[in-house]
Amino acid sequence: MLTIDRATHDAIVAHARRDHPDEACGVVAGPAGSDRPARFIPMLNAARSPTFYEFDSADLLQLYKELDANDEEPVVIYHSHTATEAYPSRTDISYASEPNAHYVLVSTRETDVTEFRSFRIVDGVVTEEPVEVVDS
Amino acid sequence: MAIEVKIPTILRTYTNGEKAVEGKGDTLAALIDDLDANHPGLKGRLITDDGSLHRFVNVYVNDEDVRFTGSLDTALKDGDAVTVLPAVAGG
Repeated sequence: MLTIDRATHDAIVAHARRDHPDEACGVVAGPAGSDRPARFIPMLNAARSPTFYEFDSADLLQLYKELDANDEEPVVIYHSHTATEAYPSRTDISYASEPNAHYVLVSTRETDVTEFRSFRIVDGVVTEEPVEVVDS
Repeated sequence: MAIEVKIPTILRTYTNGEKAVEGKGDTLAALIDDLDANHPGLKGRLITDDGSLHRFVNVYVNDEDVRFTGSLDTALKDGDAVTVLPAVAGG
């Protein structure tokens, strides 16, 4: 189960809406081992594409250095789908390589409702999990 | 010659959980061969069957992405720092 506070949830949705029709991406970092998404970090989609996302390689290195220095890890890795459902694509599964992360998918295909779903992706196996949004 | 190599979480199963290991080699390709000798299986996660760097990983030498410095032919020297990170990407 992913437990996430309302403000972070809303910030992810707002980022996805802002970058639509391109895919938006980012992470929510938290203290290592805590499983608590605490620090919202929107990232640039270097691919600037409606069908693909990619963290810029220099940004990725900076991000991991920062996480390492703060003893944090990426608790949530999120991205949006802008024309399809909020479910990991084959490409998403092949790239997924943080076994401890919650992979959050947001779909902005409908203008009035935003799907927000969370998955574990380990060794190519996708498992959906409940999302609990809490008021902090 | 010793080169420090930072290993991402997903590959630490090959390094007994170590976050960083040491290796040697004049090029990135040679370093990866050396690492694989001590941590069998690591090479297969970094290099494809056709011998090129896997698109699922980013490798940096002294903070430079090796895709811009000659990929596996990137020259290394004593004291260089190598970082391996999984690419964060998808569709």
